[in-house]
Amino acid sequence: MNARAIPQLSAAVTVALLLGLAAVLSSQAPPSASLTLLSKDGRRAIPISIVADQEFVALDDLTGPFQITVHEEALGAVTVSYKGKTIVLTPDQALASVSGRLVSLPAPPSRSGRRWLVPLEFISRALALIYDVRLDLRKPSHLLVVGDVRVPRITVRYDPLGNAARLTIDATPRAGSTVTQDGDHLTIKFDADALDALNPPLPPQAPQGILQAVRIVDATTMAVDLGPRFAGFRTTSMPVDATQRLVIDLVAQAPIETAPSSPAQPAQPTPAPPAPPAPEPPPTFGQPTSAIHTIAIDAGHGGDDEGVKSGDGAKEKDLTLAVARRAKAVVETRLGLRVLLTRDDDRNVPLDERTAIANNNKADLFISLHANGSMRSTTTGASIFCAAFDKDAAQAAAAGGAERLPTFGGGSRDIELVPWDLAQTRHLDRSERFAELLEQQLHDRVPLSSRVIDRAPLRVLESANMPAVLIELGYLTNAEQAKLLASDTFQVTAVQALYEAIVRFRDAYAAGGTP
Amino acid sequence: MIARRLLAVGVLLITATFVGTMVWLRVPRVTSRATPRVAAAPSPAATAPPGRKIKARLFYVGDDGLRLTNVERDIAYGEGATEQAREIIAAQIAPVIEPLVSAVPHGTALRAVFLTQGGEAYVDLSRDVVSAHPGGTLNELLTVYTIVNALTVNLPAVTSVQLLVDGKEVDTLSGHVDLRQPLTKNLSWVQ
Repeated sequence: MNARAIPQLSAAVTVALLLGLAAVLSSQAPPSASLTLLSKDGRRAIPISIVADQEFVALDDLTGPFQITVHEEALGAVTVSYKGKTIVLTPDQALASVSGRLVSLPAPPSRSGRRWLVPLEFISRALALIYDVRLDLRKPSHLLVVGDVRVPRITVRYDPLGNAARLTIDATPRAGSTVTQDGDHLTIKFDADALDALNPPLPPQAPQGILQAVRIVDATTMAVDLGPRFAGFRTTSMPVDATQRLVIDLVAQAPIETAPSSPAQPAQPTPAPPAPPAPEPPPTFGQPTSAIHTIAIDAGHGGDDEGVKSGDGAKEKDLTLAVARRAKAVVETRLGLRVLLTRDDDRNVPLDERTAIANNNKADLFISLHANGSMRSTTTGASIFCAAFDKDAAQAAAAGGAERLPTFGGGSRDIELVPWDLAQTRHLDRSERFAELLEQQLHDRVPLSSRVIDRAPLRVLESANMPAVLIELGYLTNAEQAKLLASDTFQVTAVQALYEAIVRFRDAYAAGGTP
Repeated sequence: MIARRLLAVGVLLITATFVGTMVWLRVPRVTSRATPRVAAAPSPAATAPPGRKIKARLFYVGDDGLRLTNVERDIAYGEGATEQAREIIAAQIAPVIEPLVSAVPHGTALRAVFLTQGGEAYVDLSRDVVSAHPGGTLNELLTVYTIVNALTVNLPAVTSVQLLVDGKEVDTLSGHVDLRQPLTKNLSWVQ
């Protein structure tokens, strides 16, 4: 090798090293986020690496916080030890042996230089099994809660209601809070060690509204920035299963009327903000009721009454039962409400009995599930029905009548009498309100009929002594729709829409019932 | 002796003839009492002058399948409101060919039509309207309002219609629409 060859060789080596480094960097994306450890000792950030769309952490970064040791075996296996217990990881295998028990991982461990990377789920599925303090991995928010630390998940929902608005803040597990007004914002201080919340918890709102933004102030505090229309607020806090629900009702100032300016005149700065668009009435309802506790879900048809049949033999009675069961599970699990099914198997239940189940159990909402049929095979889309009554019947029910009946222990009291077949007349407004909420939730999620909400003299709704709707999920006589209705995706989506509508109805119901 | 026998046979023959005549006269009265409703709606051939027609609006399933559409048709003239109602329903449930589609199941027959002084019409259909019904809330609504609107739109004397099946009141046709009361005209189901 001559003297001229040496610089050429060193240049080639340098280029090769750079190319190799570039290759490593391209296959191993740089840390894009971090996992926040929350413990009694405070916070600590652990870098997260993305490999093939999976989130990984380095075992080396876990050794300090968790006092684990990592040892690489001769055959390539990696052993993680903690107080005499071991986890064995094998390269190229999405499995871990935890004290002899196999658990699955979403991806095999990945080597990055001298470091071993493991999927985030390694912490919750493997390390948590041998660690002597509870580990609560909250992957969506990149939080790892270590030990007995109170870190409620916070979800925020904002419902503008014309001249009022409602902010609903759920803290799970339950955490109390205090709300104070500090000038142009409300401060919400949670009784917790930290918050598991998006930042910002709510997208920014219109600057001229009642509320402008919700933001995180510090580990346990949120702030609500108030808009120019804000006039006052009222808070309500209530437990809902494992959740503590804080409801902040915001009241707007009355719109200030300004003289309309002539287009010919130059624009003048106006002292008052522009009047908002015509406000929609707040969702208050006629019958004061404290809350929704029980929902009756009616799976249409059943037994020898098969309902509509599709071309390939799918039956309406089976579809309605499947969706009813899904809806029951979702509503009971997520909302903690009592859900009654008018039938939970394949049997024929008379229409009056279906309504009687709801009435006798004092259900607060009655939802009858059906699938539609049309003489035209192209007819498509979901629709919602409310009951309809002839004028005479409605007037008869409205006139009502009270009968004085004796009571136990002497005396008497007036009992309001409403004919069984006209019970629904008292609830039509709220039935239609629920139908509207449901339409909003179904919109963009499932195919809808060109006329979504209709009214008809439907037998199963007329005797319901609570808000009641009948949902036609789609047309089994349309081959394409029949396939769609049978799919898990459709049924999950429809139930999600139903769930969302129930949540909104419950909230509005509670607002209407507040004196 | 022979004369006595002939007399006895003669008396027997006269008695038998008398009894037979009485039985023959009696039977039709019993039969007519058993089916008074059928007698209330005489057949069109008995009263309608042949060839005379009126125009009526009949209802069929619209192209989108969601609503009814109405079609003007010449139908047989019926003497009196009841007979005319019968002619209208008979024309309405008669089989149709494409592109018309009937919301009334194929094979449904009209058993009788009755009108009350109060303007209520009772339309008695054969069981096929239930057994051949394809089901579905919309289908059922269109079937019911095809009949209800056919009478209330074409006959001002009819203000409401109740459907009967095989001469009896029914709750619904296929589990949805309440048929326990007469229903009034509803054009929201017509395009």
